[in-house]
Amino acid sequence: MLKRIPILRGCPYWLFGLLALLLLPWLVGASGGNYWVRVLDFALLYIVLALGLNVVVGFAGLLDLGYVAFYALGAYSYALLASPHLPHQFEALATAFPEGMHYSVLLVAVLAIFIAAVFGILLGLPTLALRGDYLAIVTLGFGEIIRILMNNLDRPLNLTNGPKGIASIDPIHFFGMNFAKPIDLGFISVPGLYLVFYLFLLLAIGVAIVCLHLQNSRIGRAWIAIREDEIAAKAMGINTRNMKLLAFAIGASFAGLAGVFFAAFQGFVSPESFTLWESIVVLAMVVLGGIGHIPGVILGAVLLAIFPEVLRSVAQPVQNFLFGHAVVDVEVIRQLIYGLALILVMLYRPGGIWQKRGDV
Amino acid sequence: MSLLLDVADVSKCFGGVQALQNVGLQVECGSIVGLIGPNGAGKTTLFNVITGLYPADAGIFLFDGVAYSPESMSKVTKAGLARTFQNIRLFGGMTVLENVMVGCHCRSKAGILGAIFRLPSTRREEQSIRTKAKSLLAYVGLSGFANIQARNLSYGHQRRLEIARALATEPRLLALDEPAAGMNATEKLELRELLLHIRNDGITILLIEHDVNLVMGICDQLTVLDYGQVIAAGKPADVRVHPEVIRAYLGQGAV
Amino acid sequence: MDILLQQIINGLVLGSIYALIALGYTMVYGVLGIINFAHGEVLMIGAMVSLSLLRLILSFTNDLPGWLTLLIVLPLTMAVCAGLSYLIERIAYRPLRNAPRLAPLISAIGMSILLQTIAMMIWSRNPMPYPQLLPSAPIEVFGSEATITGKEIVIIVVALVVMCGLLFLVEKTKLGRAMRATAEQTQIAALMGVNPNRIISITFMLGGALAGLAGVMIASNYGNAHFYMGFIPGLKAFTAAVLGGIGNLRGAMLGGLLLGLIESLGAGYIGEFTGGVFGSNYQDIFAFLVLIFVLVLRPTGLLGEKVSDRA
Repeated sequence: MLKRIPILRGCPYWLFGLLALLLLPWLVGASGGNYWVRVLDFALLYIVLALGLNVVVGFAGLLDLGYVAFYALGAYSYALLASPHLPHQFEALATAFPEGMHYSVLLVAVLAIFIAAVFGILLGLPTLALRGDYLAIVTLGFGEIIRILMNNLDRPLNLTNGPKGIASIDPIHFFGMNFAKPIDLGFISVPGLYLVFYLFLLLAIGVAIVCLHLQNSRIGRAWIAIREDEIAAKAMGINTRNMKLLAFAIGASFAGLAGVFFAAFQGFVSPESFTLWESIVVLAMVVLGGIGHIPGVILGAVLLAIFPEVLRSVAQPVQNFLFGHAVVDVEVIRQLIYGLALILVMLYRPGGIWQKRGDV
Repeated sequence: MSLLLDVADVSKCFGGVQALQNVGLQVECGSIVGLIGPNGAGKTTLFNVITGLYPADAGIFLFDGVAYSPESMSKVTKAGLARTFQNIRLFGGMTVLENVMVGCHCRSKAGILGAIFRLPSTRREEQSIRTKAKSLLAYVGLSGFANIQARNLSYGHQRRLEIARALATEPRLLALDEPAAGMNATEKLELRELLLHIRNDGITILLIEHDVNLVMGICDQLTVLDYGQVIAAGKPADVRVHPEVIRAYLGQGAV
Repeated sequence: MDILLQQIINGLVLGSIYALIALGYTMVYGVLGIINFAHGEVLMIGAMVSLSLLRLILSFTNDLPGWLTLLIVLPLTMAVCAGLSYLIERIAYRPLRNAPRLAPLISAIGMSILLQTIAMMIWSRNPMPYPQLLPSAPIEVFGSEATITGKEIVIIVVALVVMCGLLFLVEKTKLGRAMRATAEQTQIAALMGVNPNRIISITFMLGGALAGLAGVMIASNYGNAHFYMGFIPGLKAFTAAVLGGIGNLRGAMLGGLLLGLIESLGAGYIGEFTGGVFGSNYQDIFAFLVLIFVLVLRPTGLLGEKVSDRA
């Protein structure tokens, strides 16, 4: 259709897609304002999270309900290494870092990948012999344990600052670029939020490519074999123990990576951002979009990240118009829809909105 | 002729049921050995114990002269003993080709880094896995079905796919659990040809089967189980007239 | 010594409640082989419904003795919870009986969220005070400094009576035999004339009624009710069921009592053991740690039997 425009003839379709993505923050920013660009930025982070959970749930068939714990690990890693909190609490650190702790986000990202992977393996180890529902509950328990720890590790040593959370976290900065400030390119000035969009877009694309590579590899096939029939997988010589641990590790590392950028973007972390509800939200994205199907998962993440915001901007004025005041809190409607979505998808379209072709 | 598989004194109890009692089984290299017996005799249980699905209560297990403890199915397969299942256990959601490619898993080594970064060595290995899987499909006569979902194959084709998948693990001994079950006469003839072909290519076969013609036709040796015990073992011609065997299949009055 | 006695009393109260909830999990697991993830929310709805009923009665008259009001409200609440449990099974589990194993679990999670939101909409997002209808005056125990309240005594006694009643039902009646048959071999039971769907529904309803009772007890004990109150006790009761041996009724009772005691003693003494590093605010972690240890070290639980696999 676009090819009817003479100037665009000869361009491949994916170029249009790329162009659209590049222009997106400008279009959204102009029509909706900075709020909506932030929504897009968070949507991209959710894509990374959903793709990571998809490796565990979609590929290997392991229902991890404590996934948010790895997100928290990544976020708190950066929060501790790039904020005034630790030097403020511990004299020794204050003297060791007279200008404060300002580790680069890239360095911490690499670190968080490893930390999260290690914790992923630790989480996976006790669950290896468990079947689906037990595994779900145990991982849920782990997620809760991490949250309780984050909430309470402010005594006797104040590591995490408990329920108050850690604030004044350094914004994203590397190679001399500070993503909190606009960049002046001469003919145009790119606001920080838009820069973050491009960065997160690169991140999401990178993660998606890694997932595609994994899916079509020897290891990806082993995971799907384990998901389909673990006994047959063992009979094929697959070391199911190691493969499961690997799935946990990889999935966790994506969450850790996303966590670092989340902390840097938001500038503030607290245990409230890492509750069971967040794990369920990411699970809903995977399930709704198309469990095991990478494009479906991306779609699910985008839909469920953007939808509540749309709801918020629509529901309030509509309710005010109809009833004069907000009858039902928007948060409640959001939760209601998530709950219904999970049930309805499982009952009527278990493969998700965008299923893998060939699936029943 | 050397013994590829030599198990002795195998016993297994399930709750109160003695499923296997002092069972011995010898499989010579390059032969086709049949494991027969009435339903419930313990044939599949013996398979499961030999291949490590669950542990035996007692028994000595030698594969190619080397003692092994059948605790882990994946280790047994890596050592060269592959099996198929009585109730077909294919990966239904994968294509036919992918099922066979999974079989190549234990004979390839691309790791996580290779997978993530698509290193040249990994890509080469992927290509060779794909080629090998395609040739195995041709070997069992399923070339045309490569991209079909495994669960959509006909029963007889599914059984052949299971064999192809097991062959992908490069076994020295192929243990088949009722490969002819549910096949019609034509399919059984084709299976017979396939099994002989496999044996001629150097792979030893151990076979649980109920089809007497098939078993008598291709097996070099037979072992007969009844109520968890070996009641006869030897050449097919000798076994078929063995009084214990006749009694087990046809009842006391038939002898 | 007095602290020990107090913690034991607290543990018994907590444990009785956990046992009631755990029975629901274990019975459902016995007949369907799945974990009823939404069970904790049934408890919550029970508390909420009883709250509304109590408010209704109290708005008419203040003169009824507390125990009588509760006596009127409890059966109604338990009936509502039984019905809710029945609906959960019909909507979220029955259509998915032949689906891959993750499906009913995800559906149950969705149901759990749905119930929480419905509670938020009908009642409130904030915790609501629960009327105290039973005596809360502390009574000295054995002349020590440990105390117990009338309310706590009622909780323990009622729980005990109900549990005995359930054991009687399951072990001595025709219905109970049908339940046990369905739990062991569903298809064979069907061949014997048992209607598995009916038994499954009844099992869910019984579990739901018990959960409703537990919900009232929790709300009475802590003095408030809110939409999120079912989640943690639900998880802990599940742990208790696993601890005792999932599928085993006596196991669920034993597991519940044990877990209550472990949690109470743990919370009471953790400060001393860890030199003040970890305090009683880590109480909830105990249940999760017990769960992980049991599943890793002794998955069949205390009273469970080893089930051997046949391929």
